[in-house]
Amino acid sequence: MRKTVLNLKVISNLQLNDDHHLLELQSPDQLETINPGQFANLLVDHSPSVFLRRPFSIYSVDYLNNTISVFIKEIGDGTRALGKTPVGSFINTMFPLGNSFTIPDEPQRILLIGGGSGVASLMSLAQILSKKSNEVSILIGARSAVDLVELGHFSKYGTVYTTTEDGTLGTKGYVTNHLIMGDQLAQFDRIYTCGPEPMMKAVALIAKEKAIICEVSLENSMACGFGVCLCCIAETIDGHKCVCTDGPVFNSTQLKWQI
Amino acid sequence: MADLSIKVHNLELKNPVMTASGTFGYGLEFDDFMDVNLLGGIVVKGTTIHPRQGNAYPRMAETALGMLNSVGLQNKGAHYFATDIYPKLTKYKTNILVNVSGSTIEEYIACAEIINELDLITGIELNISCPNVKEGGMAFGTSCPSIEAVVSAVRKVYHKTMMVKLSPNVTNIGELAKSAEFSGADSLSLINTLLGMAIDAETRKPILSTITGGLSGPAIKPIALRMVWEVSKAVSIPLVGIGGIMNATDAIEFFLAGASAIQVGTANYLDPSVTIKIIDGIDSYLNRHKFNSITDIIGGLHM
Repeated sequence: MRKTVLNLKVISNLQLNDDHHLLELQSPDQLETINPGQFANLLVDHSPSVFLRRPFSIYSVDYLNNTISVFIKEIGDGTRALGKTPVGSFINTMFPLGNSFTIPDEPQRILLIGGGSGVASLMSLAQILSKKSNEVSILIGARSAVDLVELGHFSKYGTVYTTTEDGTLGTKGYVTNHLIMGDQLAQFDRIYTCGPEPMMKAVALIAKEKAIICEVSLENSMACGFGVCLCCIAETIDGHKCVCTDGPVFNSTQLKWQI
Repeated sequence: MADLSIKVHNLELKNPVMTASGTFGYGLEFDDFMDVNLLGGIVVKGTTIHPRQGNAYPRMAETALGMLNSVGLQNKGAHYFATDIYPKLTKYKTNILVNVSGSTIEEYIACAEIINELDLITGIELNISCPNVKEGGMAFGTSCPSIEAVVSAVRKVYHKTMMVKLSPNVTNIGELAKSAEFSGADSLSLINTLLGMAIDAETRKPILSTITGGLSGPAIKPIALRMVWEVSKAVSIPLVGIGGIMNATDAIEFFLAGASAIQVGTANYLDPSVTIKIIDGIDSYLNRHKFNSITDIIGGLHM
């Protein structure tokens, strides 16, 4: 689907826990294909402290009802305002933006690793990978059990493993402490990850050691979302690349991460 | 339908709405969102003779009604522009200006000479006001002798329209504008970004990797209006107003202050088709106030 700006209607706003919302936004037009890993840039109306749009991974797409959903973690004024958008109102949305995760031609064994609200970019990916007969495993890490939301949906598409920093659900610690990241990791053909940068770097390092293909989804701050402001750059082996157009998904070996 | 066409020196614009360098890429990035041909003109990304990587991340900080950037003229150089980008721009039927920058006068000359060979580029915007480069850039635009040196040197090698983009980071912009006019500028565009700074109180660190950056957005509009008004009294060449224009009313204010045309910058990030709405809004304003032409309101401030 080509990039567009539309006023999308909020048809549901599900509060998942204290600070996470899942907004379903309906397009007046027929949606064309949106690929897993792409994002939307939402305008925050009438906020004196918010000037720029806020980017969110497209969590899921419903082509029958022409809706996309976005997973919003309230962090600052912009995300708080968007999280509280009432059903029936409209959000000016620029989408779909960026590239997407690689969908292999032949079914493979793929491990998705999400940290915090980074899981948002993995839901539609899990769905499509599973539909194309890939063997999908999903490892999700969070601070605490209360932050692990939407696990039920993920379990429709693969085996779900969890870690929490406080040990309230799954393995205690970080995703990299999970058993699956040890000897079992060799069974996977690919790792796709999205989450805090230290987590993705740790995952990319392990993937590099085991020579497993690893794609990471970056979340740099940006002003435009379509490759003109040149503010969201990532350092790659080919120089500065825009996270919004050359990414957000990069093969970890392309990034100049000192790992 | 009012007559929106305007001549900015010998640059013929179908309407007075242009896009500001660095906020519109090469135009191509906007093809999904709008018809670029409807614009009076576009000013493409700042170009230097040698490729530049630009500054390290983070390069952007959101501020009250605006943003700071410190991109630092990231571009692949004038040769790459001429061979790889220019052929893609020949499809457009609007004025295309290249924003030319450099660290030394020799670099400005070399870059302008390459752009001079490109038939469909109708002019250059000489950037003597970039606040985000260590050498050159704004350094050229903040004193009369250095403006005279760079503008007159480029004038000798560049034979089409030369617009000179002024820095607001000066004490007397009228005097600097006169220097640019005296040295051969055909028109002046103003203002470039204002030097600013953002600090993260929690980490006690500057937000930008370069510590300081250029402020843009509606926050700077009052300063830009004041400077356009001051410069309009100081020089007789046409002015192109830039600074926080978000809608047609903002644009009209610049015409009243003395600008013959305007450039839309940061607003393109929020709404990539905002320029089309601004063109329509200018037409509505002229009709509502019973003006036949955009020329009727330029410098038309009631005192």
